[in-house]
Amino acid sequence: MELILNILGAIATVILAFVVGMTYGGIVRKITARVQNRKGPPWYQNFIDAYKLYSKSTAIHHGWMHRMGPAFLMVTSVVTLMFIPVLNDGGWFENLTFKGDLIFLLYLMVLGALGMALGAGQTGNPNSAIGVTRGLSQMVGFEIPWVMALVALMIQYKTTSITGLMEVQQESGTWLMFSSPFAFIAAVLAMLGMFRYSPFDIVGAPSELASGPVSENGGKYLFTMMSSGSIYAFVKLTLYVDLFMGGADNLIILVVKTFTLYMIPVLYGIVSPRYRTEQAVKFFWGWPLFFGLLAILYAVIF
Amino acid sequence: MINDKNTQKLVDVIQNWARKHSIWVLAYGTGCGAIEIPPTMTSRYDAERLGVRGAATPRQADVLLITGYLTTKTLKRVIRVYEQMQDPKYVIGFGSCTINGGMYYDSYNTIKVLDKYLPVDVYINGCMPRPEAVLAGFGKLQELIAAGKADGAKKYKENLDWYRENQKRIIPNWVMPDYNW
Repeated sequence: MELILNILGAIATVILAFVVGMTYGGIVRKITARVQNRKGPPWYQNFIDAYKLYSKSTAIHHGWMHRMGPAFLMVTSVVTLMFIPVLNDGGWFENLTFKGDLIFLLYLMVLGALGMALGAGQTGNPNSAIGVTRGLSQMVGFEIPWVMALVALMIQYKTTSITGLMEVQQESGTWLMFSSPFAFIAAVLAMLGMFRYSPFDIVGAPSELASGPVSENGGKYLFTMMSSGSIYAFVKLTLYVDLFMGGADNLIILVVKTFTLYMIPVLYGIVSPRYRTEQAVKFFWGWPLFFGLLAILYAVIF
Repeated sequence: MINDKNTQKLVDVIQNWARKHSIWVLAYGTGCGAIEIPPTMTSRYDAERLGVRGAATPRQADVLLITGYLTTKTLKRVIRVYEQMQDPKYVIGFGSCTINGGMYYDSYNTIKVLDKYLPVDVYINGCMPRPEAVLAGFGKLQELIAAGKADGAKKYKENLDWYRENQKRIIPNWVMPDYNW
């Protein structure tokens, strides 16, 4: 009985992540449109796009790795989702919350991108290859401040588990973004790269790279990528809320917190043009790295 | 139940509604018509509110927008782009040049009637058509899709021999991969 409930909870989590992620995507398109003085598509436009992509025929075949690429993305998103506590007390969304830790999560979070890189490589499209090299360089950029922020948290609170860090926040009553501010700043700056909005949308770059690694994928492939991207956005936002903003007691608080956090990369992106690859890497190895070092010093000293 | 006729009809209605409201356009900017696309997409006319947005590659696109005249040289590329697109796909002929040659009616190196080489679903008349006309054309395409009448791709497959004959008359060195859709 418990097993069935757990499976149902996992399915509910995936559906929740999908719906919330897609809705956020639609709202972002609306906000972008309003900033550019347009009316913009309705908030549910992403659902229509996804359904249309799913109903398109997909007669593209470049080999097995190409087929596996989107599947890698989807599997990574869902598995990562399973390891992240959605709510503080678990409840319906308990999943595998208590069995993973941050170091494991760090490895898991790059798996999808690597699978996608292999898949894009097999298409033989030069745009895909350039997009992949750009994406991996950018990842080298933002992973460093992100890992440093997490290491600072691990040193400061002497635990590598996400639930451990959440308990620290519940016991002390202050969010980690206040009790270890430099780690939060480094993590938020790394988040700008993680979400790939401008100025860090160098991977997709529609005008130069014809959407990069995605360029040979249409129809159901694109649907898989789109939905896994939405789930993954929800995963990352929930992870940030869990780590730095004290988690969430119910879904409404979760949505408010994640949406507030999501607006940082989105609003910064709307008003920014695109960086070149080396500029992006330079950005992450500048101030974010500095704040990451500061966070570790702060953690060691206090 | 799934193979039931009425169920299929319902699925078609929902699918056509989704296709109608999500049109990803691959603008093939061959001629001067490409200049009318930016105002259609940006804040003044904002095609995105109708679900029309640009697609980067033929694999992702639903609509091939032929903006202006096609030279005999670009026709080959356009055919290749069209055949790489995934079903369901539509073609919009944009400007007078795609209808009857327009001001290039006596040119030696442009094709005059696009419909002989690719199945056109909607023509937008004008030289140049203004963004209002472009939006009206998209509106017409949406009507056709909703009614299930935008079946150019089907016609193309059925009459492939006729289309190939016309295409090969223009393109002497035919080195093209075969697509099995």
